[in-house]
Amino acid sequence: MEKGKFIKMALTGNEAYAYAMKQINPDVVAAYPITPATEIVQIFSKYVADGLVDTEFVPVESEHSALSACVGASVAGARVMTGTSSQGLALMHEILYIAAGLRLPIVMAVVNRALSAPINIHGDQSDTMGSRDSGWIQVYTENADEAYHSVIMAIKIAETVNLPAMVMLDGFIISHEMEVVNTLPDEAVREFIGDRKPLYNLFDFDNPITVGPLDLQDYYFEHKRQQMEAMFNAKKVIPEIVKEYNEKFGTDIPAFVEPYRLEDAEYAVVAMSSAAGTMKEVIDAWRERGEKVGLLRLRITRPFPYEELRKYLGGLKAVGVMDRAESHSTQGGPMLQEIKAALYDLETRPKVTGFVFGLGGRDFDDEQANKILEMVKELKDGKELPLYSFIGVRE
Amino acid sequence: MAKKYLEIRWHGRGGMGAKTGALLLGEAMMQQGKYIQAFPEYGPERRGAPVTAYNRIADEPIRIHYGIKSPDVIMILDPTLLNTEKVWLGIREDTVFIVNSGLSPEELKKKFNIKNKLFVVNATQISESIIGRNLPNTPMLGAFVKATGALPFDAFLKSVEERLRMKYKEDIVEKNLKAIKKAYEEVKEA
Repeated sequence: MEKGKFIKMALTGNEAYAYAMKQINPDVVAAYPITPATEIVQIFSKYVADGLVDTEFVPVESEHSALSACVGASVAGARVMTGTSSQGLALMHEILYIAAGLRLPIVMAVVNRALSAPINIHGDQSDTMGSRDSGWIQVYTENADEAYHSVIMAIKIAETVNLPAMVMLDGFIISHEMEVVNTLPDEAVREFIGDRKPLYNLFDFDNPITVGPLDLQDYYFEHKRQQMEAMFNAKKVIPEIVKEYNEKFGTDIPAFVEPYRLEDAEYAVVAMSSAAGTMKEVIDAWRERGEKVGLLRLRITRPFPYEELRKYLGGLKAVGVMDRAESHSTQGGPMLQEIKAALYDLETRPKVTGFVFGLGGRDFDDEQANKILEMVKELKDGKELPLYSFIGVRE
Repeated sequence: MAKKYLEIRWHGRGGMGAKTGALLLGEAMMQQGKYIQAFPEYGPERRGAPVTAYNRIADEPIRIHYGIKSPDVIMILDPTLLNTEKVWLGIREDTVFIVNSGLSPEELKKKFNIKNKLFVVNATQISESIIGRNLPNTPMLGAFVKATGALPFDAFLKSVEERLRMKYKEDIVEKNLKAIKKAYEEVKEA
């Protein structure tokens, strides 16, 4: 493919995920394709029915079983993908740790949706924030185009470091919104990802292995230490693979973080996913008024890019961190706490406040973005603010 | 905010195809080299309940992700919705109305106190007579193309035909195209 010669398609986020899966042509997809999952797997099942992929498609009776089937197939050496959302991801929780602990490079397309109760399947990040210590690489994408490319890259990243990866996009806001997606030809995708080369193969009878045995005080800790080594390794591998992809195809996708108008900024906001897009546009308007404000978009949260956060935020006077999830700790959302921790060791560090917004798919608009910027500016100017605030809620 | 985007807001009822209309328009505009967004506002999905859908169209990638508060064009699939408050939110003097109604533009202006530029087409009658049921979304698109000149009509028809072919049988595609053409010819301005 000629660099930058994309095939433009009008796709929803769900369609973009499913189309990427079609081009990846995984050996096995096991999923529970019913709400709270979006239509990703349903669309993919049509590709299976139409013979457009070689995938063994395993429809199961629950998400717990879906990921369990993925684990089995991945252990056997297959390239495996799945997708889910919300309660579905919550039901997978037990198996998330097993996939990571067994070092299986399963790639999951997640549409971020709220958790019950009350019942709600709209866009927020409560679901995957609850999975953040499960050992999966976690990628949050801004739009359908980035989600498409990120899923393809995730295959290569996961299989290079032998860890599972989940790629996120915002429920409804992106999953059900049609946008222009710059797709690649099938053969370009397949050439980039190559074949999975598993370290071990359950069906290699000349070199038999045991998978998942009891591992007590004598070796469990060593295995967990090795698992952590893979995550340290992911920090090196991810930027290399993102760079390779960008250089090969002419995309412009950031690795861990995307600095936006931070060059001479005095204060900034940290945002993720689709909210970052809205925030960029509002920051442009503030910049036109001469405000020295910028944005750092946090794209990958596992492994956590504390070096990049220190580099870009360390010199600022004030930072506001936006969380589309609660931690129920009373000290703010999950990313607020992790970013504060990342900045703690700096000799001089910015004042930091947090914002919880958009829960249950509450629209995040320019008005709320302006409110957040006003508050971070006040923090920069010396005003005392609470640990964190709720934006766009009736109180 | 500077008008970088053409913003279109659809108001219909569940089952009238507001979302599909927005998607068809989005795809057609993409084929004209534009950047697009097409998305519905999801609530509980029920036939007959008010539904809102949105299009943004631009010459550059669209970064914002929220509902359209002050549309340039408003597409009313069911004129009874003109009695609801939501339709009138953010309406500016220069917002163009495109309404599915059997009334004349003058009658409609008077009935709902519309002071804006208004285009009227009887999309329900057209769809019922050609497609066989009330699916005003595609004829309303014909009216949109005539009213706004946002894209060449031939190119629009070709795009809709391709998209519908992916999902529907030949006669359904033909009927929709016929309905679009009829609405394109019949839409009246006031």
